[in-house]
Amino acid sequence: MRKDSNSEESAQRSERIRAWLSQARFYAEEFYSARYRGAIARAQRDEDDLFMLMVFSELMGVPNPVSYYTLELQPLMLERFHDWHRRMGMEHSPLDDFRCC
Amino acid sequence: MSAVVVLFIGLGAMALAYFVYSKFIAEKIYRLDPDFKTPAHEFEDGIDFVPTNRYVLWGHHFTSVAGAAPIVGPAIAVIWGWLPAFLWVILGTIFFAGVHDSGAIWASVRNRARSVGALTGDVVGKRARSLFMIVIFLVLLMVNAVFGVVIAGLLMKFPSAVVPVWGAILVALIIGQLIYRRIIGLAMVSVIGVIALYGLIILGPSVPIQMPEQVGGLAGNAVWILLLFAYAAIASLLPVWMLLQPRDYINGLQLFVGLIILYGALVLLNPTLVAPMYNTNVPAGTPSIIPLLFVTIACGAISGFHGLVASGTTSKQLDKETDARFVGYFGSVGEGMLALGAILAATAGFASLADWNTMYDAFGKGGVNAFVEGGAYIISNGLGLPEATAATLLTVMAALFAGTTMDTGLRLQRYIFQEWGEIYNQQWMKKPAIATLLAVGSCLILAFGAGADGSGGLIIWPLFGTTNQLLAGLTLLVITVMLVRLKRPMWFTLVPLIFLLIMTVLALLLQLRSFYEAGNYFLLVLDIIVLIASILVAMECAASLKRVRRELATKSEG
Repeated sequence: MRKDSNSEESAQRSERIRAWLSQARFYAEEFYSARYRGAIARAQRDEDDLFMLMVFSELMGVPNPVSYYTLELQPLMLERFHDWHRRMGMEHSPLDDFRCC
Repeated sequence: MSAVVVLFIGLGAMALAYFVYSKFIAEKIYRLDPDFKTPAHEFEDGIDFVPTNRYVLWGHHFTSVAGAAPIVGPAIAVIWGWLPAFLWVILGTIFFAGVHDSGAIWASVRNRARSVGALTGDVVGKRARSLFMIVIFLVLLMVNAVFGVVIAGLLMKFPSAVVPVWGAILVALIIGQLIYRRIIGLAMVSVIGVIALYGLIILGPSVPIQMPEQVGGLAGNAVWILLLFAYAAIASLLPVWMLLQPRDYINGLQLFVGLIILYGALVLLNPTLVAPMYNTNVPAGTPSIIPLLFVTIACGAISGFHGLVASGTTSKQLDKETDARFVGYFGSVGEGMLALGAILAATAGFASLADWNTMYDAFGKGGVNAFVEGGAYIISNGLGLPEATAATLLTVMAALFAGTTMDTGLRLQRYIFQEWGEIYNQQWMKKPAIATLLAVGSCLILAFGAGADGSGGLIIWPLFGTTNQLLAGLTLLVITVMLVRLKRPMWFTLVPLIFLLIMTVLALLLQLRSFYEAGNYFLLVLDIIVLIASILVAMECAASLKRVRRELATKSEG
């Protein structure tokens, strides 16, 4: 009986410590990243935009030696396509064969 | 006077102000609403607009606003005695800075998280917006030049800090790679980073590197300035994750550790303030305390730079509107604490009044060197660290802060040049490298024009203060106009605004004379530019308040 409650207590304690540690990790990570989240996300978005351009290059008349493979990627990029063409300053999809909105 | 008593009076006053005055301002004047949907939620995009935990946000706000300025300013201003500096820091934090910072966050949050510059355009007028851009550019220019001179001076005076200061950059670069490539976790990295930094600080005194007084026709000081700007230019062009992010993180940790060490040593040692309470025996050439005190201590009492941070990044991440009180007001209190520590270090860390007088033998002398020497004396006697190590520790702290501010400042200045390139359609100016060169060039002209060879001390510092106060004035104007439109009491922001403008104009006039008498025509011209800007700000204030009141009157009639 006593042993049981003891182990329960220690389990509880380790649980508490783990919770505290994960909290501390959360704060440290937020503290590291929050200030530059914007700048880094923007840099990533620029890279993604470039990739988007490569995937759709054939449709825009830019020859692409790997278009066979990028064609397969097009449906995967669909989700981000709308944001992309808006960001590039085009109200609607610039591609005749690829309508958006 | 015992330092601990002064310390606790200061901390007590700021704590009381936070619990009472900031509550009043938040509830009765800004009327912060916990149910208001902040821009972080409304425009959440995972990039700029991200609701952030308020303690984290406070940490960022505080570490971005607390730099070397709240150390340098108070450490120069104690030349008039410790009491005036103490009073201005405490009262300034309570009635000026806290209201200004939380108000800037509030104003921005209520206007779709737009920056104060953009808000000036909307709330006050187009003219005010152009004025704002010019003042921002001047502030950045001066901040970079001043901090370049400050770090160079430190490196000349404390050669033991050369290895840790430059080594810290290397540590940051390595940490950046470790985190970016996910080699080890953040907790481990923090521990390693702090140990590496403090290892370097302990190592520093045994490997001093002294720059010779003259290097090929250039003063040693000037060589350091050139090296620092070369570094800042490169740093501001690198991707942020590589250097800026890890260095800021380490700096943030170091700021807290440093503050705890300094405050702990102060309490343990309880030194006596050797400097006079009110210095009646100031060195010849020291300008009058009124108005110069109020521009010498800008950061630490009130600083316009905070408004840029508050409305630039903080407002986009505010989770709840009521957090503005904690983040903004308590952020200022944090900075006030740093300034208070600087005052105590620069007035209590000397063996005798004679020592203190030799340090402060002219206006603009002392400053950060006095902070380092005084602080080192306190730490070594209070905690038993060797004095050389303690001095290295504080030098590194000040130099790293100033360095961070420098390359952030250069980055912002580069953006301004690029924006001008955009506005005036100059393609070449839009290139990052060229815009950076322009920014560095303009800063170097100012740094050398202000006596970079070490002869002039920090004569440019008060000029930086005036520009910074002008910026704060513009932000306060925006808040006041908003309050008037909402038919709420405006005196809590208008009185600080008027006070700031009067002191700034008086200080500029006084300096105008001293620059003229000293024959420093470069700074004279700069002074005139700032003076014109401040008069324009004052007129803009009067005009917009009058206009808004008339609008309200006609509305209530109709």
